[in-house]
Amino acid sequence: MGTNIFIPTPLRSYTGNLSQVDVEGSTVEEALQRLVTAHPGLREHLYDDNGAIRSFINIYRNDDDVRHLSGGSTELGPGDAISIIPAIAGGSAQ
Amino acid sequence: MSRIIFSEAVIGAIATHARGDYPHECCGALLGTESPDGRVVTASLPIDNLSGEDRRRRFSVAPRDYIRAEREADARGLMLLGFYHSHPDHPAIPSGTDRTFAQPGFSYPIVSVLAGGVEEIRSWRLHDGAAWYQEENVVIIEDTTA
Repeated sequence: MGTNIFIPTPLRSYTGNLSQVDVEGSTVEEALQRLVTAHPGLREHLYDDNGAIRSFINIYRNDDDVRHLSGGSTELGPGDAISIIPAIAGGSAQ
Repeated sequence: MSRIIFSEAVIGAIATHARGDYPHECCGALLGTESPDGRVVTASLPIDNLSGEDRRRRFSVAPRDYIRAEREADARGLMLLGFYHSHPDHPAIPSGTDRTFAQPGFSYPIVSVLAGGVEEIRSWRLHDGAAWYQEENVVIIEDTTA
């Protein structure tokens, strides 16, 4: 059983231009680790130096931010999909 | 300098959005294509600024709106090229916050709105592996292929 991971446009240069990658995994962390193993260039864009998901990257299981679920331990069932969503924000204030 | 090409219609829609949301910052997605001459923006997609901070100085795109922009680009056979936003009563130069959030490869046009009128539009891009934004040459063409 595979989980479909949506790759946002800015990160597709690290997946050979794929917008979706299917991986095996029973949790979000397991699926993401398999993703970065298959596409090593993604690692530094998804994880910080401490191995945590970067604060400007949101990981969704279906329609929910996994930070509001069980984080990387969030379980994946049949038909679940993961989306990697970069935070888009800014503004004139420093 | 890389180029980002807008039709008058698209740049007009972005300017109208920026004026309409003044004194708050506006934001939206850019859809289009890559060509040897530069990026061609064929459509803009206004997005609600959902920043929980002072929207005169901050903007934020909700994750669901980000996904909507990706899907819209896909449905139209276009690329998501980046996101525009406005700087009310500030220059069209990336702030520290803008730089912090910059995604590699995306274009970030900034509309400077002074006293409610559009002063200038400049665009910036963080090239892969670079630590700093580079300015893009904004080109406006009369004809539209949208």
